[in-house]
Amino acid sequence: MSLMTQNIKALLGPADLKQGSAATKVKRFVGDYGILIFFALIVIFLAVAAPNFLTLNNLVNVVRQSSIIGLIALGMTFIMITAGIDLSVGSVVGLAGMTFALLAPASGGAFWLPLIVGLGVGLLVGFLSAAMVVWGGILPFLATLATMAIARTAALVITDGQVVSGLSGPAEWLGSGFIGPIPVPVIIFLLAALLCEFVLSRTKFGSHVYAVGGNEESAKKVGISTGRVLFMVYLIGGVTAALGGLVLTARLDGAAPVAGTGYELQVIAAVVIGGTSLFGGVGTIRGTVIGVLLLGVVMNGMNLMGVSSYYQQGVQGIILVLAVLLNRWKSD
Amino acid sequence: MTDAPPATPPLVALKDIHKTFGAVSALRGVSIDVQPGETFALLGDNAAGKSTLMKVLTGVYQPDRGSIELDGKRTEFPTPSASRDQGVEMVYQDFALADNLDVRTNVFLGREPQKNILGPFLRIIDRKKMEAETKRVLERLDIPINPRLKVKRLSGGQRQAVAIGRALAFDARLIIMDEPTANLSVAKVDKLIEVTQRLKDLGIAVIIITHRLDEAFAVADRFAVMRQGQVVGRFHVGDVTEAQVAHLISHGTLDDYVDYGDGIPAERRKIGSTSSMDVVDAMATRGNTTDGSDS
Repeated sequence: MSLMTQNIKALLGPADLKQGSAATKVKRFVGDYGILIFFALIVIFLAVAAPNFLTLNNLVNVVRQSSIIGLIALGMTFIMITAGIDLSVGSVVGLAGMTFALLAPASGGAFWLPLIVGLGVGLLVGFLSAAMVVWGGILPFLATLATMAIARTAALVITDGQVVSGLSGPAEWLGSGFIGPIPVPVIIFLLAALLCEFVLSRTKFGSHVYAVGGNEESAKKVGISTGRVLFMVYLIGGVTAALGGLVLTARLDGAAPVAGTGYELQVIAAVVIGGTSLFGGVGTIRGTVIGVLLLGVVMNGMNLMGVSSYYQQGVQGIILVLAVLLNRWKSD
Repeated sequence: MTDAPPATPPLVALKDIHKTFGAVSALRGVSIDVQPGETFALLGDNAAGKSTLMKVLTGVYQPDRGSIELDGKRTEFPTPSASRDQGVEMVYQDFALADNLDVRTNVFLGREPQKNILGPFLRIIDRKKMEAETKRVLERLDIPINPRLKVKRLSGGQRQAVAIGRALAFDARLIIMDEPTANLSVAKVDKLIEVTQRLKDLGIAVIIITHRLDEAFAVADRFAVMRQGQVVGRFHVGDVTEAQVAHLISHGTLDDYVDYGDGIPAERRKIGSTSSMDVVDAMATRGNTTDGSDS
């Protein structure tokens, strides 16, 4: 192709995106909207097949159940766009939730103190991961494998492995309260998602998150402080995981030191289903929310239809593979 | 004072720059100057000191000794951003682009224009401005590219245009291009001539760092040859032949060069058996590839 034609094609721009054979067009359409279509089909199927699915009660319930994984997935999206990963989120859920449960009764009526300390614990674990990744040059997988173990140990040690139960009223409200007809966890999740979407898609920092994930060397050369960007995403990951832990604790009215075990894999699956690439540079909060809700709806549907829980993980696995295949066909 | 000062001072002048790294003297008293709107080539082997010199000019390294003048006035580039703020922009060999982002985002990467929303404390990226400015600079370069296209969809030449556009968007007065054809699938010297001519028309000075003689001869007005941390020759294109410069790059002198008017050095002529055309080719090839053999 001559440079001239290339320039002309480039000038035409969006038309260029639409070029290609019919098969390519179909592929791109499926790649771009496949998960959304799949999500819609599942909802339609369940609306017909599971009688109680399409009730306001149940739908609110689905979002409430998804909100904890959803909160954690928000921070994970930032981290994965930088081509990183955070395996410690499940342990942060356990440790932050435990901290919250220990402090909540002691603080009497007010829950802001346990809330702040709980989130601070998440920030601290995020800081440790970030320090290892940025200052230590340790691979995110290994750095967060270490913080995963450390945070879990801390949760076990502070209570000697015991379960803590019985929060004060206001703290409980965080998990089971309502504002109007909407459960508090749902409101927290939606507000956090809106904030994260705004930061990632509209701000300079968000743009730099994509740049670091796309080409860290280039980002450095144009003067972006890549270390600072990486530090921030692990801090965000720590805080959102901690927030998930607080909501979980409030919802269960207690905390177990092993709470959140295995969450990291569910969260990573949801984020990938939402279109974020493990190789970095690609992903959106919108996509992550879809990924989280898709998994939530499927689990809920299987429960309603009385499918044995034995099958549930396998179905999650199949959806994950499907999503990864669809992502290959994306148009950009 | 024997030399009369020139009517206009050079755009940028590096004077007696020294830089050592441990026991290694990377730069040993290097002086070059570039006139406004001039295309200047910096030739030399690997480890000749070209890159170190340019890192001094872009504020990445601080010289141990020597000074930098801009418009005849002494200045300092303590950081890369200080250098950029004074109009010196670098176009990296790999173009320093992020494939996953679109053209406009790449042009403004790290220096995104922002606008206030809900008061002065909440600022968002001004994508409209980025798009308009990107369009403008690429039109100035005469290489229009859709600002919303992802960079991974661009050809090598278009990627280079984005990298140069990035410099133009911030009112560069001097653009340093590091091995400008190294990352193009075909060595597009023709295209480079067009682009540098365009920059000259816009009044922008260009320094091209290269080890390719054909490139330097095709685009530059003047060039300097560096060897072992020193400038061993400064020429106007046309005053010397490629073969002479090839000899200078590898030997550091023009001394044992005997000009028979056909560009073949005496030592080569003694080989005898090869035809003179072959020798010229051999010289040119040697000049082009000396760099590679050392790396």
